[in-house]
Amino acid sequence: MDKNLLLTSVEMAQFASTGFLRFDNLVPRELCEAAYGEMSKSKIRRRAPMGSPFSESWPDEAIGKVFRLPKVAAIIHSLVGPNPRYDHHAAHLTPANTRKGANLHQDAEYDIRDLHFDIQISFFPEDTPLESGGTLFVPGTQFRRVHEAEIKRYQNIIGQVQAVCEAGTMFFWHTNIWHSARSNFTDRDRYMFKLRLNPTVRQQRLWNTDDLDSPEVKQKLNQKIPWHGQRHRIELMNRIKFWRFLTGDPTFDISLWWGRVENTPDLIVSGG
Amino acid sequence: MAETQLRQKLLFLYLGNSSLESEVVGWSYYDGTTDEMFEAAGEDAEPPYNSVLDAMRDGWRVIQVPFIKAPQVGREYENDYLDFEFVLEKMEVIDG
Repeated sequence: MDKNLLLTSVEMAQFASTGFLRFDNLVPRELCEAAYGEMSKSKIRRRAPMGSPFSESWPDEAIGKVFRLPKVAAIIHSLVGPNPRYDHHAAHLTPANTRKGANLHQDAEYDIRDLHFDIQISFFPEDTPLESGGTLFVPGTQFRRVHEAEIKRYQNIIGQVQAVCEAGTMFFWHTNIWHSARSNFTDRDRYMFKLRLNPTVRQQRLWNTDDLDSPEVKQKLNQKIPWHGQRHRIELMNRIKFWRFLTGDPTFDISLWWGRVENTPDLIVSGG
Repeated sequence: MAETQLRQKLLFLYLGNSSLESEVVGWSYYDGTTDEMFEAAGEDAEPPYNSVLDAMRDGWRVIQVPFIKAPQVGREYENDYLDFEFVLEKMEVIDG
């Protein structure tokens, strides 16, 4: 694995804060077209059982080549490590002129792991303008435990990000991020290829940590997400806890948020 | 002759804090006077009002305010749903 292709600590800190990373034009247009062809002809079958090594999936198909691109493989490695497990995939089709209505949801309310996490990758094989209804993500929702589609009542949240992108763009996201498919107002079918992967190793320092001590890491971790409102401090504490997990450093802190509440001295001294 | 009906519009405003003057961090709109479906508008979407108070000054009537409650013991660091959900309504007379 080329170290220079791995995520940086600053990028990982951004992932820890917002729950996703976006990379534009990761996949060459020619390969996008080949993958789109497979999706539209329903040629992407599961090639290995759920839970098998991802490396066994799609040895010959264009979609396999997409995920074996060096930069794509390096991002996957940074988040879930070597030899991830294939969970499932879906070539999500939103046909031309389809209205979706509200469908904000979190995929896996049954996944109550505290810190370990799966990733999902959203790959857009075609140019995806606003009116074609690319996936809407809500940054900073990865630590919120809600029951799948029970958040459907929420239509708009400040800071929401819709995938408006060129072909070859990928979003790598923590599986607990709230998201929603949107309506396709164009005359062309829209595909978004989703892949879920499970780690098989401890998710610790799997990225390029050369910049771990950069001040920008703390800046990213400390960023305020406007919709958190009064809950910002608790969100920040959860983020710090997550960063401790990712770095294997149980002492990591920002502005004594945890250091303060973990300070329960037992030293007994006699009075004056 | 068409009969007139009183129909309801509901506006859900999610605030960053419990005060009705707090900033809006999320919103939903359900309009019982039309068959139009809601469309989320992406990252450039602006809330219809800056606060619940602003909406009240525009004729919206508050019909529910959120409870303020302490977290359960052992769940002090857990967050889940949006916290400060205010429900507002406007009634509108339409031709049936």
